[in-house]
Parts: sequence; structure tokens; C-alpha cells
Amino acid sequence: MAFTSAVITFPGSNCDRDMAVAIEQVCGGTVHRVWHGDADLPDGLDFIALPGGFSYGDYLRSGAMAARSPVMQAVVRAAERGVAVLGVCNGFQVLTEAGLLPGALMRNAGIRFVCRDVALTVENAQSLFTAGYASGQQITIPVAHHDGNYFADDATLDRIEGEGRVAFRYAEPVNGSARNIAGVLNDRGNVLGMMPHPERMIEAAHGGADGRALFESVVRGLVNA
Amino acid sequence: MKVRVLVTLKNGVLDPQGRAIHHALEGLGFAGVNDVRAGRVIELDVADSTSDEALDDMCRKLLANLVIENYRIEKAA
Repeated sequence: MAFTSAVITFPGSNCDRDMAVAIEQVCGGTVHRVWHGDADLPDGLDFIALPGGFSYGDYLRSGAMAARSPVMQAVVRAAERGVAVLGVCNGFQVLTEAGLLPGALMRNAGIRFVCRDVALTVENAQSLFTAGYASGQQITIPVAHHDGNYFADDATLDRIEGEGRVAFRYAEPVNGSARNIAGVLNDRGNVLGMMPHPERMIEAAHGGADGRALFESVVRGLVNA
Repeated sequence: MKVRVLVTLKNGVLDPQGRAIHHALEGLGFAGVNDVRAGRVIELDVADSTSDEALDDMCRKLLANLVIENYRIEKAA
């Protein structure tokens, strides 16, 4: 079975090409590029990626406009059917705004835009997206965001922690995120949102390849399952 | 009909922007500012026939993120 994926581009996305290249190089198969105004997704998708950037200029709230775009209605339906969906950075913000993931991403607690490599701990190494890592493994992945401060009420935080839905945690505080949460899974485990950029760490020339295992996990989980 | 929607952060939600504004006010020498919370005002011009339910729906579906924000709808007299 050939791996079929789509990278969604919103006006203001700027990591869509990096995401497509990472998927092409690590997962192979066919990578469709889909525009935000498209009401339908290509047939037979295994995997959808929402890239980083500043969709719609971050107007209203980061990800708010993109979450209401035509293509996102189709992405929500696909996610409900069980298609794997990864949202990175602005893509994570879009997923929370679309209601596919709990919580919200607020302005960084330190106000500043944070752009640097950060250490992450893999909290759940059993998910579709993280099976290629070891539980508790420390990896280095870059972040570049202004609104990465993850917020959810305590009951929600307790629930997602208890259900193993915190995929990644910052090894030390980066942006004020509740419980240092860097990446969250949905209850079914087929949707992951994360602020760090795994697509920017897939080969030695990037300064490291710690992001590779995420894409390897997805293709292994979906194609060789 | 002119409608004003006030979107504010819920109590207990940390407001880094409010805190930065607070800090800047103190830097300008204003004493006695106990707290600052930043919000957003959205002014709508809608058909007079627009129902309260529709306005509420607009707030819930787009104008406010109910995970972190509250909203209040004010109609101009």
C-alpha cells in the first residue's frame, strides 16, 4: 500500500514546504498539497499534516480563522473517520481552535517570540506518532512561536495526563505551558498537536535528526500495521 | 443595528499581555495600578432582524474561544 498524505496550506502558512519535504523523504509515497479553500480532500489519505506559520496573519486568535476554513471541515470529518492528523505549531493552534484537541495556545508567558532548539521528553512512546521513540527519551527539536503557552483547566489537564495523551513535554519551561506540555493527542490517538517542529530535524544538515522518528512511526504504524 | 462584543480572558487564565501593560504603566510612573487584563472589542453592524441567538452563536463559534475567554454582547441603544 502506497502511503498517501496531504499537507494543507493556509494563507500565511510558511512551513508547508518543509513539512511536505519531510514526509516525502521519511514516509515516501504521494504527498498532496491542498489549499485552504478546497472543500474536499484527495481520496484515500492516510495522513494529513497542518503546517506551521501564521495563517490569516494570526487575526482574531492564532489558528482561529484557519479552523473555520472550508478545508478544515473536511479535515475534521477525516479525523473523525480515523485518518491520522498532525498539527505542528500553527497547525496545533488550528487543531485546538477546531475542537479536535483540548485546551488553547496562548501568548508565551514571557511575551517574547521563542525561536531555538529545546529539549523534549517523550512522555508517551506508544502512540501512532511516537512509537519510534523510547518512553522518557530526551530529544532535541526546534520551536519558533509566539503563542505556544498551552492552557487547559485542571480537570482537563488531569484527564489528558491520566489517559497518556501528553505526547511530549518540555524538559524545562519554554513558554509558560501548563505542566510543560509540548504535544497533545486526542482521545482516539489519531490526532497529535505539538508546538516544536519535527520536520525541521530530519537530517544531519538540520543539526540533528530527532524529528525523523515521528514520521517513521506514522508510516510504520499506518502502512506496515 | 450596532452591536459591541467584549471578549475578556476568564478569571484564573494568566494574561501575559495584561502583565506587560501593567509593567509598562509602572515604568511610566503610574502608581496604584493593582492589575491589568487585556481583552478585545469587536464592533458589528448587523441587520436589525438579527436575533439574540444568532449573536450568541457568532460569539460561541468564532468571536470568543470559550476555553479561555468570556464574552459580553452590548447592543447600542
